[in-house]
Amino acid sequence: MHQDSIIREPLLLGKKTYHQVTEDVARPVEGKANKYWWALFFLAVIAWMWGIGCMAYTVGRGIGVWNLNRTIDWGWDITNFVWWIGIGHAGTLISAVLCLFRQRWRLTINRSAEAMTIFAVMCAAIFPVLHMGRPWLAYFVFPLPNQFGSLWVNFNSPLLWDVFAISTYFTVSIVFWYLGLIPDFAMIRDRAKTKSRKILYTLFSFGWSGRAKDWQRFEEVTLVLAGICTPLVFSVHSIVSSDFATGVVRGWHSTVYPPYFVAGAIFSGMAMVLTLVIVGRKVLNLEEYITYQHIETMNKVMLTMGSVVGIAYFAEFFQAWYSGDPNESFIYLSWNNAKGVYGWAFWALIICNNILPQILWIKSMRRNLYITFILSIVINIGMWFERFDIIVTDLYRDYLPSDWTYYSPSWVEVGIFVGTIGMFFTFFLLFARWFPFIAQAELKTTLKATGDLFHNPPRHPKSSDFKETASVEAVH
Amino acid sequence: MSKVFVHALYDDDDKLKNGARKVRALGYGIKEVFSPFPVHGIDKIMGLNRTRISICCFIYGVTGFSLAFTMIWYMLIHDWPVDIGGKPNYTWYHNIPSWIPVLFESTVFCAAHGMAITFLLRSWLFPGVSPKNPDPRTTDDHFLMITTAYTEQEAADQVNAAKATGAVEVKQVASNDSHH
Repeated sequence: MHQDSIIREPLLLGKKTYHQVTEDVARPVEGKANKYWWALFFLAVIAWMWGIGCMAYTVGRGIGVWNLNRTIDWGWDITNFVWWIGIGHAGTLISAVLCLFRQRWRLTINRSAEAMTIFAVMCAAIFPVLHMGRPWLAYFVFPLPNQFGSLWVNFNSPLLWDVFAISTYFTVSIVFWYLGLIPDFAMIRDRAKTKSRKILYTLFSFGWSGRAKDWQRFEEVTLVLAGICTPLVFSVHSIVSSDFATGVVRGWHSTVYPPYFVAGAIFSGMAMVLTLVIVGRKVLNLEEYITYQHIETMNKVMLTMGSVVGIAYFAEFFQAWYSGDPNESFIYLSWNNAKGVYGWAFWALIICNNILPQILWIKSMRRNLYITFILSIVINIGMWFERFDIIVTDLYRDYLPSDWTYYSPSWVEVGIFVGTIGMFFTFFLLFARWFPFIAQAELKTTLKATGDLFHNPPRHPKSSDFKETASVEAVH
Repeated sequence: MSKVFVHALYDDDDKLKNGARKVRALGYGIKEVFSPFPVHGIDKIMGLNRTRISICCFIYGVTGFSLAFTMIWYMLIHDWPVDIGGKPNYTWYHNIPSWIPVLFESTVFCAAHGMAITFLLRSWLFPGVSPKNPDPRTTDDHFLMITTAYTEQEAADQVNAAKATGAVEVKQVASNDSHH
């Protein structure tokens, strides 16, 4: 079995035993929701309903109710689509990529991060479907036989790649998430006191009984799925970026887009994970599981990804200036845009994504929950602006000056976005109440390596401890 | 004496492994182990074969790739070639770079779902299946090892081995028990 170095802080505080982990994970599922949960749930449902109203209005009247125009034909809809897809990426990063790297700090946050992925992709999918204008014909995107029309779909188009990438990403994420949930549902089933809970979780747990052969297969499936999901997650946002990069619009037609989009996606996704777990750990009493160390590690990932994104911004800005091309000098990251009518959006991006995250270089800030929480929201706003800037401020100065125009969203577009946020939080709150928030079965496998109880000698040894050990060894 | 099952319940994974090793050393097989989490190494001690599910995954992946390739070739090259933006679809080798995303996603789709379905089928996990762990504590913090004894001597051997390795509960269950 793997043993952690004794100078490492334990990942699980509070002397947890196997049974205590069970108790702590089952408590939120078995207990009653408090008034904060109900208040948040109520707000989220209202926002969702408002969004559904706006979607119905859009479908009923057509997308003329949005403020898109002939020059700026992608606006909030595609901005929100890319934003939500990007948020989803951190969940897969945590559960798949960090699984391959054997990062055990992921084990207390991977379940909620994967849930976040699934709900974010659901929110994302709404936007392109609505943007079709006739969502009841959405099945046209699938390669269906000829009686539906005279042509097949075009496999050379990035928009079709998106259909395949996102449907694969969504379904595979659900499978990965649910397979991990099965043993945890079985745990709740086996300790259920009420009949309804017993029936419900027997159904959810698929009759899992934890036999050695099942576990052997389970571990293999988890590992292979992690290996498959790792290239998948990078492919998905690369393909989303191809929607832009293969287009002949200046600012979009750029080879840096795929890696730059993936880094941005992980940046914003980490921020959303932090927003969710900082609240979640408090509300569900999981402070000993999602510790300051977890928060700090995620902040480090965020800082790294933020720096990658920052360098990409700089490269784009530099090239726009250095090329001397009059078209390039009006792209979203250019001096002309910074001082133009969309200058506010340009500076919102730079301040939220590049300037404010620099405080994460300071350790005390990385371990400060309030600062981290506020910063995580700031970064999500910044990443929203990145997509807005890419789309709108690359379109608004068209090749014909007579086409130059301005765009701000209508109340319907804002309403749909608010609705998806409501839908996301509705699902996430339901998840936190009904599903085990932490992957307890997997967590228990590392309890003896990283738990507080099993650390021997106790954690935080002083430097004198090592001198003593060294001298003892010397005597022997 | 008729066949009995010896149920040895442990509260620690390392003790369970010691118990399993001891029973195996005495020359007995282990019928089943129920545990709340994967106990690494127990499959080797029990003598279980390595799972072949990752080989299945590879085969599903190759299938997905082939299906997608055939589909795209049929639709774009064979059935209805279209000239899009001066880039006609008459030959597959000219078009293949732009097929890579869909080929890759289809490979992943079939590999992941095929493997998951195989896992659920082989381990017989479905909504509505009733669980087979005899003791509900084995999804919490206990580990159950079941061995088979055909004579009283064998049963005594196995009980002693379990007790000697720190089993917290040992009992003998008649073989006509409902859960078998």
